[in-house]
Amino acid sequence: MNRDTVIKVENVSKQYRLGQLGSGTLSHDLKRWWALTRGKEDPFLKVGVKNDRTQKVKSDYAWALKDVNFHIEQGDTLGIIGKNGAGKSTLLKLLSRVTSPTLGEIKIKGRIASLLEVGTGFHPELTGRENIYLNGAILGMTKKEIARKFDEIVEFAGVELYIDTPVKRYSSGMYVRLAFGVAAHLEPEILIVDEVLAVGDAEFQKKCLGKMGDVASHGRTIIFVSHNMQAVQSLCKTTLYMKAGEVMEIGRTDKVINNYLRREVKNQMSVSWTDENEAPGNDILTLMSAEIVPKGVKDADIMTVASETEIKFRFILRKPMSLNLSLHLNTPTGLCIFNVTTASVALGIGEHESILKIPANLLNDDIYTIRLLFVKDSSSIVYAAEELLTFEVADIPREGNWFGKWEGAVRPQLDFSLK
Amino acid sequence: MMTNNVSGSSAAAYSEQWDSVIGPQKGRFSLNLKEVWKYRDLLMLFVKKDIITVYKQTVLGPIWFLLQPIMTTVIFTFIFGTVAKISTEDIPKGIFYMGSLTMWNYFSDTLNVTSKTFSDNASVFGKVYFPRIILPLSKVLSGFVKLCIQFSLFLIMWVYYTFVTHQIHPNATLFLFPVLLLMLSLLSLGFGIIVTSLTTKYRDLAFLIGFGVQLWQYATPIIYPLSGQSPRKQFWLFLNPLTSIIEAFKYGFLGKGVFSSGWLCYSLVFTLVTLLSGIFVFNRVEKKFIDTV
Repeated sequence: MNRDTVIKVENVSKQYRLGQLGSGTLSHDLKRWWALTRGKEDPFLKVGVKNDRTQKVKSDYAWALKDVNFHIEQGDTLGIIGKNGAGKSTLLKLLSRVTSPTLGEIKIKGRIASLLEVGTGFHPELTGRENIYLNGAILGMTKKEIARKFDEIVEFAGVELYIDTPVKRYSSGMYVRLAFGVAAHLEPEILIVDEVLAVGDAEFQKKCLGKMGDVASHGRTIIFVSHNMQAVQSLCKTTLYMKAGEVMEIGRTDKVINNYLRREVKNQMSVSWTDENEAPGNDILTLMSAEIVPKGVKDADIMTVASETEIKFRFILRKPMSLNLSLHLNTPTGLCIFNVTTASVALGIGEHESILKIPANLLNDDIYTIRLLFVKDSSSIVYAAEELLTFEVADIPREGNWFGKWEGAVRPQLDFSLK
Repeated sequence: MMTNNVSGSSAAAYSEQWDSVIGPQKGRFSLNLKEVWKYRDLLMLFVKKDIITVYKQTVLGPIWFLLQPIMTTVIFTFIFGTVAKISTEDIPKGIFYMGSLTMWNYFSDTLNVTSKTFSDNASVFGKVYFPRIILPLSKVLSGFVKLCIQFSLFLIMWVYYTFVTHQIHPNATLFLFPVLLLMLSLLSLGFGIIVTSLTTKYRDLAFLIGFGVQLWQYATPIIYPLSGQSPRKQFWLFLNPLTSIIEAFKYGFLGKGVFSSGWLCYSLVFTLVTLLSGIFVFNRVEKKFIDTV
C-alpha cells in the first residue's frame, strides 16, 4: 500500500555558535548582515566543525545537524537513537518547531504534538483542574477537547481527590502523572516523544508505554527518542541512528540497534603494552596487559547480563614478595559493586598472570570500570591502577512490557519460585 | 495501467500539500491571525492565569487590583500635589492623578511584561510550539482586564465630581476613549515586542528599559498638566506619542487638557509604524531565539 508521507526532512542543517554570546556576536552579526546586503553568502555558514564534543576546536561555530534527510510515512513509529550530542534533541526541537533550521526544510502534514518534557507551562499556584486546561491548550488542544477528555485524564493520573488543590502541594509523582496524563490524551496525528519515560515508577512507565502503543495502533505517527534500546525495540518498527549530527543509518530497528551497539559502545576491553618502559607501574612491578573476555558471545563486543566473563591481567614483578590482588568493580558514578581479592601468594621475579571469573547473571546492565590494587603482605598497597578497563553490560530482551532500568546494583538469578 | 498512473500522480500531488513547512527564519509583517485564532482558547487561558495567579493565597484577593491605584494616587497627591504643589488646573487632585495614572500604568505594565516575553517564557518556548505572539497578546488582554477594574474606580470618582459637585466638565471628546485605549494597547505591544526581540541576543537593552520607562513617565503629562508648559516645550512633549493620547483622555473626561487632532494623528501613525516594525522583528526572532536567549 502506498502510504502518505507525513514528515519530510530535506537537507536540514543546524548551526550553533559556541562559547559566550557577547560583544563578539555583534561584530559577527554585522559582518553577516554586510555580506547578505551585498548579495553574498553568509560567511559563517562555511565555517563550523562537525559536532564532536570531545575535541577542542578553534571554530566559533559547530554544526549540530548536517545534511539530514529522511521521511516518515503515516502510521510509522520511528525511534531515534544515538549518543548524547549526536543531534537527537536538536532534531526534535526542529520537528516540534521550537527552533528553525539554519539550512534546509522540514515539511509536515497533520497536527503535531511534541512531548519534550512533561508539564510544560504548569503553574504551581494553579489547581490541578486549571493546569489541565492550561497545559492541554499549550499542547494544542482546544478547550472543548480538554473538557471531553477531562475525566479520563484525572482518572489516568489518579488525582481525583486533589483536583482543586494547587499543584505546588502535589507530590512529585502526582505532578508527573497529571502532566503525562494531559499529554497522553492528546490526539495529534503525529506525536513526538523525548525520554519522558525516564520519570516515574515502574508501574507508571508501563502505563505510559502502553498508552503510546495504543496511540501507534490507531494509525498515528510516533517519533520516539530514547537511550533505552529495549523500549525502542518494542515500540518502533523503524529506527534512525544519529552520530555527530549526521544520519548514520535508518532502517529496521533490530538491525540498526545492533549496528549502533557495535559501533558506539566504546569499551576499553583490553589494554596491553609491549615496551616495559611505557607500561604503567613502578620499580617493584609493571602491568603489561589487562583484558576482558566474554564467554559464549557470538559478537565479542556485546556483553549482556547473561554472559559469563573473564578478566585477565599480566604483570612483571621485580622483587620476590608475598602478593595479593584486590579488584574493585565500580560504576562511572563511583559506586562500588564489589571488591574481590585473591589469596596472598609468594611470587618470584618474572611475569605472572591472574584471572577473575565473573559468572553469568550477576552484573546488572550498566557501564563498569575496574580498579586494580597490588597488595604486599595483605597490608600495604604496592601499586594501584585506576580505571584500568571500561566495559558496558547490555540488557537482554525481556518478557512483558516494562523496559525501565532494572533496579539494583547486581542482577543475580536466584532460585525464586512460585506455586 | 492508465488508472494506476492517474491515481499515482494525484497521490503525489496531494502529498505536496503540506500543513507546515519549517525553514530558515524569515521576517514577515503578518501576524498569522488564522493561526492565532486556532489557539484562541490558549490565549484566553493565559489571560485567566494572569488574573487569578495575581491574588492566589492573598487575603484580600482581587481587591488588590483596586488598592494599588488608590495607594499610588494617595502617594502622588501627597508628594506632587501637597508637597511639590504642582498645579492640576482646578481639577480635584485625586481624580487628576487617578485618571492619568490608570492610563499610564496600563501602558507601562503592559510594556514591561511584553518586553520580557522571550526571556520570561524561554522554558515554555523551548519545549513546545504555539504562535509566540499569543503570549504578548495575552499580557495586553490581562492588562486590559486589570485596567477595566481600576477604571471603574475612576468612573465612580468621575461621576461624583461631574454630577454631584460639578467640579469637572467633560465633553464629547470622551467618546474617543475606545480609540485611545486601542492606541495605548497597540503602542505598548509594539514597543514591548521590539524590545523583547532585540534583547534575546543583546541583553543590554533589558537594563535600559526599566530606566527608560521611568523617564518616559516624566516625558508624559501624567503628574503635571501639559497646558502649564510653554508652546516650545509642548512641541517637544508632543513628539512623545503618549502625550496626545493622555491629553485627549484628560480633555474628554476632565474638561481640561490640550487636545490636538493633528498630534493625535501623529500618534496613530507612530503606533502603527511601531506595531508593524514590532511584528516584523518578532517574527524574525521567534523562530530562532531559543538558540540565543
